[in-house]
Amino acid sequence: MKLVDEFRDRSIAQKIIRKIREFNFTKVNLMEVCGTHTMVIFKNGLKGMLPENVNLLSGPGCPVCVTSQEDIDKAIDLAKNRNVIIATFGDMVRVPGTDSSLEEEKGNGADVRVIYSPNEALKIAKENFAKSVIFLAVGFETTSPLIAASLLDARKEKIENFYVFSSHKLIPPAMKALLDSKEVKIDGFICPGHVSVIIGGNAYRFIAEKYNAPCVITGFEPLDVLQSIYMLLKQIEEDRAEVEIEYFRAVHPQGNRIAQELISEVFELCDVRWRGLGTIPKSGYKLKEGFSDFDAEKEFRPKIKKSKENPDCACGEVLRGVKRPPQCKLFRKICSPEKPYGPCMVSSEGTCAAYYRYGGGN
Amino acid sequence: MGRLDDKGKKVLLAHGSGGRLAHQLIKSFVKKFANLTLAKLDDSAVLKFKDKLAFTTDSYVVDPIYFPGGDIGKLAVNGTVNDLAMVGARPLYLTASAIIEEGFPLIELERIVDSMDRAARAAGVEIVAGDTKVVEKGGADKIFINTSGIGLIDSGIDISSKNARIGDKIILSGTIGDHGIAILGARERFDFRTRVKSDSQPLNGLVCEILKASKKIHTLRDPTRGGLATALNEIAEQSGVGIEIEEEKIPVKEEVKGACEMLGFDPLYIANEGKLVAFVPEMDCPKILNVMRNNRYGRDAQTIGRVVAKHKGRVVVRTNVGGERVLDMLTAEQLPRIC
Amino acid sequence: MCLAIPARILRIEGNLALVDMAGVKREADIRMVSNARVGEYILIHAGFAIEKIAKKDAEETLRLFREIV
Repeated sequence: MKLVDEFRDRSIAQKIIRKIREFNFTKVNLMEVCGTHTMVIFKNGLKGMLPENVNLLSGPGCPVCVTSQEDIDKAIDLAKNRNVIIATFGDMVRVPGTDSSLEEEKGNGADVRVIYSPNEALKIAKENFAKSVIFLAVGFETTSPLIAASLLDARKEKIENFYVFSSHKLIPPAMKALLDSKEVKIDGFICPGHVSVIIGGNAYRFIAEKYNAPCVITGFEPLDVLQSIYMLLKQIEEDRAEVEIEYFRAVHPQGNRIAQELISEVFELCDVRWRGLGTIPKSGYKLKEGFSDFDAEKEFRPKIKKSKENPDCACGEVLRGVKRPPQCKLFRKICSPEKPYGPCMVSSEGTCAAYYRYGGGN
Repeated sequence: MGRLDDKGKKVLLAHGSGGRLAHQLIKSFVKKFANLTLAKLDDSAVLKFKDKLAFTTDSYVVDPIYFPGGDIGKLAVNGTVNDLAMVGARPLYLTASAIIEEGFPLIELERIVDSMDRAARAAGVEIVAGDTKVVEKGGADKIFINTSGIGLIDSGIDISSKNARIGDKIILSGTIGDHGIAILGARERFDFRTRVKSDSQPLNGLVCEILKASKKIHTLRDPTRGGLATALNEIAEQSGVGIEIEEEKIPVKEEVKGACEMLGFDPLYIANEGKLVAFVPEMDCPKILNVMRNNRYGRDAQTIGRVVAKHKGRVVVRTNVGGERVLDMLTAEQLPRIC
Repeated sequence: MCLAIPARILRIEGNLALVDMAGVKREADIRMVSNARVGEYILIHAGFAIEKIAKKDAEETLRLFREIV
């Protein structure tokens, strides 16, 4: 496969590993922020290939996993409305809320449809003008411009039965929150590749400069990840703290301007509550005043009783890199992908799902 | 009345009632499948035998009913033929039952029946009994088919999921993921076009040749729903052994890889309808691999792994890039995802 | 986060492109990628192109991997 196979070459991987083994640190904690990176690491068995002194921590990079219980419950409440069609990315469907899930509501007769692109949600709205279509916009900065584009299309085509439940989140504020909490020593960040395509490498400069934390923006092939780990270790050894772009075939320092403009046309920053991280200022997007007629929360006012997370579910700590899934009381004993107790086990990019499916790694 | 396809005519509830219309429909099936046993039209098919008898059944509810590389009829025949072949049996006779939705066009029914006939001939089996029911519109999704099958197992053959032994080599007969991707591509909602065709094909001929080459085959399995990963896990569990496979040895068509990357699926979990894995003693592996590659249904056969004493009940993969990970069974249905 | 794959542009009609991803054909919205041209590679995420991938950059990346020895 063009542009993919060459990035999985075993002999090159072995060479990079050998160089990594030459570094002489006692112990180094590197955090991969992005859930897709967690999956690449596990699917390729990269942890087992690294030396003992290089420790990989999984971070809060799975948008479904960091969605607050309140937001999950609100989405479930929206689904109960018989005049509503819920359009959502696949991962949300099985996430357990306080006392139900989208999947369960679907079984009760709710119209919940899994889509691959916000375009599809718009199409569903056009084909079902007697109902309201609510798109659950859960994602990071990679997804936000797409949602913005769909809303602009909806406005242009005068589609009045299309709504968005905005649960967008931003990555750099979360990284900052992790560093501010000082809960875990993070020596370097494997930064998300596709979020960075949108926001650009420069968006992480304050992390490198203010917190002295090396950042390498990384692609999604196993060689990309190994190369980035090598680059991070090199920075640490040379006492540098910079933003480097390993994934330069797609990521530029200033990011994608058109995408950024789309976002700022439709959304504005707001404070948002993250599962596991609490409320982080200016870490989410809400619809601007001019687009408030597309706001599902304003229109449908979802009601929730007290939102409760399972007290034994360690998702929050896993998301902060404080615990590994096997340290959660529920992991494997009663929490599994078939019967998940928290989003980290459901989501295809959840850390708990990765540990469960591919083995504990190191 | 001879032909099914009075153009524009549809299956009616009356076709399932047992009366004259039903008789006419059944007579036309009998004419198609054309064998002496079926022509008797008794309540049961009477078959003489003296050895071990394999007996299996499966229902087919695939959506959509037509897809590149086949249709529900072809699937129904090959699926049951293969289930029999996987225990080392020579498939002989099949039954075919259909539950048809009122309004289903007769011309399409004929097309499916023709397809079943062709598949049965290709596999060398006879369809000797059947049943037809019609339900009101909405009572079924176009057509559901059940096939049951009987086969004979020659003496000395003992093939089972429980028989995998430490030291065995694992041979996969060809590319994986073709059928599942062909089906997904044919479902409009995924909105992508692909040239991948379903691999639905009869494997009894291939199995016959394998058994001629060696009587010491331990396990055969066709990885259908749940894919290769699930099949290997089941065998590891049932035999109480560990399995190790090499990701780079597993043949996957470029297009299947591409579709999987795009949708976030893993070819190891996608259904196949014309492939098998064989667990064979190490000594016999080169001979069997050769035999398979000389058969049209085994041209892309590869040795993909082996049975080991460690991590009993689990399957471990050596990844393309040189790492290791556990290969779990398929848990929930794979939904398309982006984040 | 974010499954995004490189795909080659086969045809462009306004804001939409027909792309080829290892033989799988799909439609993608290319409004976020300025002057995309037929034959070029773009990164597709959820039905939208989010960036162009310069083949020379991909080759350069591979060269850097090999150079690490």
